Amino acid sequence: MSDHPASRARRRERAPKTYTRLTHPLVRDSRDEPFRRATWAEALDRVARALLAHRGAFGMFSCARATNEMNYVAQKFARVVMGTNNVDSCNRTCHAPSVAGLSAAFGSGGGTSSYEEAEHTDVIVMWGSNARFAHPIFFQHVLRGIRNGARMYAVDPRRTSTAEWAESWLGLNVGTDIPLAHAVGREIIAAGLVNEPFVRRATSGFEEYRKLVEPWTPSLAEKVTGVPAAAVRELAHAYARAERAQLCWTLGITEHHNGTDNVRALINLSLLTGHVGRYGSGLQPLRGQNNVQGGGDMGAIPNRLPGFQDILDPDTRRKFDAAWNTTIQPRYGLNLTEMFEAMEEGTLRAVYCIGENPAQSEADSEQAVRRLGELDFLVVQDIFMTRTAELADVVLPSTAGWAETDGTFTNSERRVQRVRAAVSPPGEAREDIDILCDLARRLGHDWKYADAESVWNELRSVSPDHHGMTYGRLAEHQGIQWPCPSTDSLEPPYLHGRLWEADPGRRGTPAPFGLVQHDPPVDLTDEHYPVRLTTGRRLDSYNTGVQSGGFASPLRRGEYVELSPEDAERHGVTVGEEVRVVSRRGTVVAPVWIDTALRPGLAFMTFHFPDEVDTNALTIEANCPIAGTAEFKASAIRIEKLPAADHVR
Amino acid sequence: MTAIPLGVPRRLLEFTLDGQETRVPEGSTILDACRAAGKDVPTLCQGDTLEPKNACRVCVVEVEGARTLVPACSRKAEAGMRVRTDTERARHSRKVVLELLASSVDLSTTPNAAVWLKEYEAEPDRFGPDAARIDQEPRVDNDLYVRDLGKCVLCYKCVDACGDQWQNTFAISVAGRGFDARIAVEHDGPLTGSACVYCGNCVEVCPTGALSFKSEFDMRAAGTWDESRQTRTTTVCAYCGVGCNLTLHVQDNEIVKVTSPHDNPVTHGNLCIKGRFGYQHVQNRD
Repeated sequence: MSDHPASRARRRERAPKTYTRLTHPLVRDSRDEPFRRATWAEALDRVARALLAHRGAFGMFSCARATNEMNYVAQKFARVVMGTNNVDSCNRTCHAPSVAGLSAAFGSGGGTSSYEEAEHTDVIVMWGSNARFAHPIFFQHVLRGIRNGARMYAVDPRRTSTAEWAESWLGLNVGTDIPLAHAVGREIIAAGLVNEPFVRRATSGFEEYRKLVEPWTPSLAEKVTGVPAAAVRELAHAYARAERAQLCWTLGITEHHNGTDNVRALINLSLLTGHVGRYGSGLQPLRGQNNVQGGGDMGAIPNRLPGFQDILDPDTRRKFDAAWNTTIQPRYGLNLTEMFEAMEEGTLRAVYCIGENPAQSEADSEQAVRRLGELDFLVVQDIFMTRTAELADVVLPSTAGWAETDGTFTNSERRVQRVRAAVSPPGEAREDIDILCDLARRLGHDWKYADAESVWNELRSVSPDHHGMTYGRLAEHQGIQWPCPSTDSLEPPYLHGRLWEADPGRRGTPAPFGLVQHDPPVDLTDEHYPVRLTTGRRLDSYNTGVQSGGFASPLRRGEYVELSPEDAERHGVTVGEEVRVVSRRGTVVAPVWIDTALRPGLAFMTFHFPDEVDTNALTIEANCPIAGTAEFKASAIRIEKLPAADHVR
Repeated sequence: MTAIPLGVPRRLLEFTLDGQETRVPEGSTILDACRAAGKDVPTLCQGDTLEPKNACRVCVVEVEGARTLVPACSRKAEAGMRVRTDTERARHSRKVVLELLASSVDLSTTPNAAVWLKEYEAEPDRFGPDAARIDQEPRVDNDLYVRDLGKCVLCYKCVDACGDQWQNTFAISVAGRGFDARIAVEHDGPLTGSACVYCGNCVEVCPTGALSFKSEFDMRAAGTWDESRQTRTTTVCAYCGVGCNLTLHVQDNEIVKVTSPHDNPVTHGNLCIKGRFGYQHVQNRD
């Protein structure tokens, strides 16, 4: 990002909207009325009545920001009290493709390696990841690796601050990750650098994969991806020849209409070279939210029970039926994307939304707001009056997961860590678990948990992967990575060591190559919408800005549409000048920023300041059919210069 | 090749510390050995997450056969070495160093400084009222942290934390020479015009309070800063999936500063701007 003192001086003072904490329950009888303050008893009675009336048309938005314990209780509430598997969270808008891709290949949805391994590896590939900004402390491990001699390759349409540390930057066109990955795979095969014993023993489908990637010569890849053939070859040789290599990705891979396919294409490279299942060699998807890994692990997803156990497995269901004294629906529920579609179709009429802000975080936000507004009943449980809460019938004030409750989060390296209450919540705000249990009681389920630890111990009794993690051990070891089946020992920090076992029985199911095809972004650029818009994060801000707007960051400069110097010149616009940004779905007005990290034809925006500039009014809700994640990373836009009179300075 | 590297096994080596036979793992410094033996050797520039810098010279000890005093923070213990931490020569050296520092720099917020000055009978006033002092007004040029260089002992810990040892941002360095040397950003301008990314990892390692969080600085100025009334609770940051451990320092139900455990496998004591400073939203209570 260009950040010269000179341009900084032109920075405009634009304080983002600040939110104050919710301190008491709010209700209203119709959406036209303003909210009025209510007692907890009245608010919960209303919620209980409405949920009872909407059994069979209910969806739960659980929270990737809240603790594992809360996610466990929320999914149990959906499954036991409401009798549905319609439970999901914002993992859908970010890393669901990583989970889907990794579990298709290895049977487990977690990243395979640990941060520490980045310090002890030879090659690090950062693909679609600006970790220097989005995951700064992970990137410190990468920097240690680089200082220890590792070579880092950055694959990203933008020459990001991550790319500044790279041996080589592969600036591909947005949405051409599969051609690039296939070309790298083809070059590895053509150069005879395949790890043949590993491919033979631990994988399946190599022949089909070889045929699939055969047409993707480096020169064809250059035409499609914009990456010079020599750079493709260099990456292929560096990755394949390395003794150990880490392949890391973030939302640049997953936030596409074919995100799961993108993930599979990257996993293929690790299978070709044997860079998985060993210390220092692995796959590392970097998670965007503090507990997006844990939310899924706890079963707050429509297809898995706690411990990532498949709902379709009758033995698993029997175990949970007995533990919870219920009958679990023997089918997958709707994911977040499908729940929004079901709202449109009228089959989902009531939503319980905990700590999420889909009205601003979903792609095509106008459509999301309309759908939420048409629900019969919406209850929002949050710490702030978010845009989503403004649409609700009942708003319940809760506690901040990380500072006001006890429990655990699970990070990107599968490390379960203790979260502890440090401050008291304001007003009448109550803990999520407490609220859920109170509601469950009103609906005939007398749940009692003395504290977060008793929830955790219940989870430990049904999830083998978490069984060995007592609160005592979590404190002693500063967190433990799953799987941890035993209370006496710890497993290696990487997954899938089984693939290297000599004994085929212990090696288990071979990891299949993913036979995925290139499919360009849905929102095509043309003469009317000639610019490719991609979205991402900045260093000092977070998601829809509800949290990060609360502190005075000297780096913050509000929302801009960032253009390459060439495009700015072509449109005759300068830094700070407001322009109209138009996509096929919406229009916003935003000031221009010029960034030399962008190539001509590529523009960049964040979604940190939706109250000022609603970037997701531009993005397309073209969803990955497997994981349901929308294509936030690729919209087609045009820039319109405003007439001089319209300038707002 | 599937094994986890365990590192080279570390042998124990034996040496004599103040007349006592001592065994420490190979690679330990004399300071490590002193701390393991429960001896309080004062130091300012040594940091548990940083390479030794040998800048402050407060931790010097006497090694038999060595011509000069050696800094305990960086000198590795060797088998058969005879070390004395409490000789007249070592104590005198520490006393003079403490006198020179205390006469020129404000050590009022340096933990233990008062105790050490007393223990070594240091008399910083003996240089007279005209002794040179680094008298500088605190620089408050942003809302997150303050630079009070009148408290700076030029230990270089902030420079190393900002530079190649952790943050790799290289926003600060030492400018000037001799008594005029100061920690500065480029062109000695305000932080807001520098490469600083406000991770606060320099504040985390500062031993004297020359770098301090604005929240602490303001509360000290108002006379409300009271560590005896503060609790420290370690939890996990809510800003991304990395899982950094945060220690929240809370006074009267307000988070007043954030640090991170130095031995934590995720952070090693380091945070980014969001984890270090992004807590205010939870206490926007009305």
